[in-house]
Amino acid sequence: MFGLNSKDTRLLLIVAALCLFAPFLLNPFPEGSELAQFNAGYPDLMQRFVIFGIFAIGFNILFGLTGYLSFGHAAFLGVGSYSAVWMFKLLGYNVLPGIVLSVIVAGLFSLLIGFISLRRSGIYFSILTLAFAQMSFAMAYSVLTPITNGETGLQVYTDDPQFLMGANSPNVPHLFGLQMNATYKMELGAWLFQFNAGYYLCAIIMLVMFYLAVRIFRSPFGIMLRAVKTNQNRMNFTGLNSRPYTLAAFVISGMYAGLAGGLMASMDPLAGAERMQWTASGEVVLMTILGGAGTLIGPVLGAGFIKYFENIFSKINDSVLHGWFAFLPDGLEDFVVAILHPFVGKGWHLTLGILFMLVVIFLPGGLIEGGQRVARLFRRKKQTPDGKDPEHHPKPAPHVAE
Amino acid sequence: MAILEVKDVGKRFGGLQALGDVNLSVAENTCHAIIGPNGAGKSTLLNCLIGKLIPDTGSVMFDGKSVLGRKPHEINQMGISRVFQTPEIFGDLTVLENMMIPIFAERDGAFALNPLKMADKQADVIERAEAMLEDMNMADKRHMHAAAMSRGDKRRLEIGMCLSQQPRLLLLDEPTAGMARADTNNTIDLLKQIKDERDITIAIIEHDMHVVFSLADRITVLAQGTPLVEDTPDKIKGHPKVREAYLGESA
Repeated sequence: MFGLNSKDTRLLLIVAALCLFAPFLLNPFPEGSELAQFNAGYPDLMQRFVIFGIFAIGFNILFGLTGYLSFGHAAFLGVGSYSAVWMFKLLGYNVLPGIVLSVIVAGLFSLLIGFISLRRSGIYFSILTLAFAQMSFAMAYSVLTPITNGETGLQVYTDDPQFLMGANSPNVPHLFGLQMNATYKMELGAWLFQFNAGYYLCAIIMLVMFYLAVRIFRSPFGIMLRAVKTNQNRMNFTGLNSRPYTLAAFVISGMYAGLAGGLMASMDPLAGAERMQWTASGEVVLMTILGGAGTLIGPVLGAGFIKYFENIFSKINDSVLHGWFAFLPDGLEDFVVAILHPFVGKGWHLTLGILFMLVVIFLPGGLIEGGQRVARLFRRKKQTPDGKDPEHHPKPAPHVAE
Repeated sequence: MAILEVKDVGKRFGGLQALGDVNLSVAENTCHAIIGPNGAGKSTLLNCLIGKLIPDTGSVMFDGKSVLGRKPHEINQMGISRVFQTPEIFGDLTVLENMMIPIFAERDGAFALNPLKMADKQADVIERAEAMLEDMNMADKRHMHAAAMSRGDKRRLEIGMCLSQQPRLLLLDEPTAGMARADTNNTIDLLKQIKDERDITIAIIEHDMHVVFSLADRITVLAQGTPLVEDTPDKIKGHPKVREAYLGESA
């Protein structure tokens, strides 16, 4: 389907189903129960899942395929956000012009940065991109205040021109009248499911972007990008110029980042310089590696994983812990809470850090590799009784000399 | 007619004169070997031919056009392919993908932005890649990771990749270095076959005299950065200057 082979089509359909049913899947616990705080099915977080999914998919096109580790991708995200908010200020709250402009501006910006940074490879490339991103961040904070509104962050004011605003246009981001914050709530027994217009817009865009990424991975262009990662020397001596390939990959992933930034601003019409800071650039690197760099679905999983931790684990505080362990005798309860305290609440970074280390050490291929290992384990168990295990057959006799 | 003309090429690294006034002319459709003891400047000369180094003096003409100052991929597009001392292939890719890359390069040029085409629908490229793998006797390995193959197979793949571009000049840098005897003999047979069946000029740099004497039509002996003699293999074998260069003054 869509020109993909059956395996990729299946993957695309799985992702589509996950996106469509996310409000159900992420809200498995009834409202008001002890576990309700593990529910992630509220609009704000679901939007973030798919937006950072787009960001990570794009980053993976550069890092996963060509192996060029950019440490400055948040700059494109920030530029995208600023562009979108400017469109809201100048034209009105329809998100379409904002999203389109954010992609274009991020594309141009990444063309400039990529053109300079890609003169070097390896660690020097990473440092160059990091330097550019930090420079953009510092400038957005200070000298570019007329454009970025400095520390306050760029936002829409009532006296902004908004030329295309009609008399009865909604006063929040909308797509031709469909308000991004419109949420349909469905109560089913004790459960509450929320269907948010903004989330579904982002999810549809992510699906399109995911499909595009699959096409890129499977194209001759994608093979060339993998060739860049494997052996640039051979590539040059095969009559291929690796520089335009890496630049094209850089610009494409910059445009993905810009799109993510534009969508972020569309969900919440505000853009601050901290979106461009190096921690934000590092986050997308973590997402990609955690999920599985170079795999199709891995970065999306990594993005979801990290955003889940950031938003859910950080909410568990001491009183919640005391609630959980109330059944223990007082002294023991305090002890257990004291042990767990550094790992939750503000300490969620510690848990994430430990998990990241475990994944990198034991599953270098990321969460995807973990999934594959589990799948293999099940397959092996099923097949062993038949004696038809494809991975354990007698080795073919080696031929020594001919 | 000479396809490759090297005139008065000199290259100096700091105080070391790596090459001094090298003159060399490789005739079309022959196999020309360049031999010499360690440090004679063989690899420096080769690097000057393919754009990796730019000589201080002299000129290098391929088919009447200068190669100096051109980038490696441009020189390759002119019709020069190179086989490296250690096989340079795309280890993370499958054997078939490896073979498709040079054919894409020939079809689409040095850069093509085609992210929406599907690689497995490029029937013309796949057909040619499969045919070349068949020629190289490695069709059964097409879905293998290239890095997982033996050194001999890697070399075979690399030569196949070079040939699939239909180059006019094939440069080989010690193609049998570090190979077992059986692999060496296979490689010699393969190169002989290529020489007989195709309109191709081969320039080979080699240590192994067995390889040189089984392939070369002409041999240039390089010593201390300058060509000592150039002649047919039979004459080179007994040449006193060559023995001197290889074995020292007293021989």
